[in-house]
Amino acid sequence: MSTGQSAILETTELCKRFGGVLATDHVNLKVLKGEVHALIGPNGAGKTTLISQLSGLLKPDSGRICFKGKNLTGKPAHRFARAGLARSFQITSLFADMTLLQNVALAVQAHAGHSFSFWRNATTDNRLLEPAYHYLQTTGLANNADRLASAVSHGERRQLEVAMALATEPSLLLLDEPMAGMGTEESNLMVEILQKLRGDKTILLIEHDMDAVFALADRISVLVYGRIIATGNKEQIQSNAEVRAAYLGEESNA
Amino acid sequence: MPETKLVPNNKPRPISFWINAILLLLLAVAPPILFITGQPFWLDVFTRLVILALAATALNLVLGYGGLVSFGHAAYLGLGAYAVGIPTYHALYGGMDAIASFNGFLHLGLAVSVSALFALLTGAISLRTRGVNFIMITMAFGQMIFYAIVALENYGGDDGLTIDVRSEFPLISLDNPLTLYGLCYLSLLVALFIVYKITRSRFGLTLQGARSNEERMRSLGVNCYRYQLVAFVISGAICGYAGFLLGNFSTFISPEMMDWTRSGELMFMVILGGAAFLCGPIFGAAAFILLEEVLRDVTIHWHLPFGLLLILSVLFFRGGLSGALDRLRSKGDKP
Repeated sequence: MSTGQSAILETTELCKRFGGVLATDHVNLKVLKGEVHALIGPNGAGKTTLISQLSGLLKPDSGRICFKGKNLTGKPAHRFARAGLARSFQITSLFADMTLLQNVALAVQAHAGHSFSFWRNATTDNRLLEPAYHYLQTTGLANNADRLASAVSHGERRQLEVAMALATEPSLLLLDEPMAGMGTEESNLMVEILQKLRGDKTILLIEHDMDAVFALADRISVLVYGRIIATGNKEQIQSNAEVRAAYLGEESNA
Repeated sequence: MPETKLVPNNKPRPISFWINAILLLLLAVAPPILFITGQPFWLDVFTRLVILALAATALNLVLGYGGLVSFGHAAYLGLGAYAVGIPTYHALYGGMDAIASFNGFLHLGLAVSVSALFALLTGAISLRTRGVNFIMITMAFGQMIFYAIVALENYGGDDGLTIDVRSEFPLISLDNPLTLYGLCYLSLLVALFIVYKITRSRFGLTLQGARSNEERMRSLGVNCYRYQLVAFVISGAICGYAGFLLGNFSTFISPEMMDWTRSGELMFMVILGGAAFLCGPIFGAAAFILLEEVLRDVTIHWHLPFGLLLILSVLFFRGGLSGALDRLRSKGDKP
């Protein structure tokens, strides 16, 4: 499995407990540089809990998170982002009262360093607008640049999530169910957008949509009850008995 | 090159822009005319209006643009006023040689720096909380200053302090009511310009981003706390400056002017006028002052209609008076 490629993100024996529930159970996860790594698992497996720790929004109870060789365990969320780790949210999290362009421009601005500039007009600053516009194009949103984030469709908001994550020029993109709640057409569009990013970006993808996962992922890790029960490529995962029992079996019953 | 701009600057100016311009023009022209035509009472009313509008503009920066509901802003008005009263008191009656002076620049510098420092200290603590806790803790800090001044028997304590001599500046005399009004009005314009520039700067956009979605801002790598704290200090400094003007205007200052109900009145002005609208606080202060003048003659319970008005505006006019004006334009724009 390990081909000598360097890991960009590595967790060691990561644990998170909510009361009596071990939501993250000694997780050892390795995301290799340049790969699209999918994290799958049935509902309630603790995927969002895990990704929240990986982006610094939740502090693990024990274990380590190493990103690009640096130990980020217990650091606040903005330090994770500064280190080059961007996430999109499963439940869309945007600046609803701003336009799509403003949303991405804020992300560009956040990446550009501190914002202690009090006088220069930032709302017409092309150093912010040009990159912002570029990321809207990448994610197929250029035509909606002037619309409010609260006024566009669900699928477009999901695309905006990706655009904003990209705008911080991350070394690792954490995508928390980018296809959640999407129709087939919107899903396909998102797969297309993500296909364009592969090779360029390292992506950790959390997704329910199996077609999308198998289309995109180089490697897949399966999370069940907070534990990673298998990691491998598409064929390995599909033929793994434990995975079939815990996850794929359940899926085919539905 | 993107064809779009964040704020399209080729659009015709909206109606609300012209209404705001007329309001500012009216404030420049009407009070002096009223004064010259023998109605000095109205000049007094307008001076108070402009000073309160200035304080509310300062509050608007944190409450409107920052989404941080500070319930303690009257403290800065008080600090600013006592920065005039205390040095003047010592200049007249001796003691405290370091600050005993009639010099207006000293008063002004003291008002702004003490307010900024108080904002820095209390903001550093308050901003670690959010929501109701933030409201309560800012109010508690405000009340702390209130009781501290009450305890200062030297300066009249509860009974307040009369400012016998106004701040002295070269060339101008604040004893002339027209000059004082002019200074207040210009100060308001400058404050509006500062807030206008700030809200469109990178700093201002960050502040508004944190209001809109703080968690998202953090996951973009922004430490919101620092920006909010700086905004809080700027707001406190401007509000302290408003207090400096208020002290010179009323010439009688007392702890009552920094009571929590006063902070509530400033919030009332911002919310009724339109939070996060540049000229909203002026509308709010105007509505407040005019209602106060009119209703006080009718009933002693003049706060009651205020409350009703605020409830109605929150229910039916999102964005207060300015928000309603803004929608005039969007109605007209509909195809």
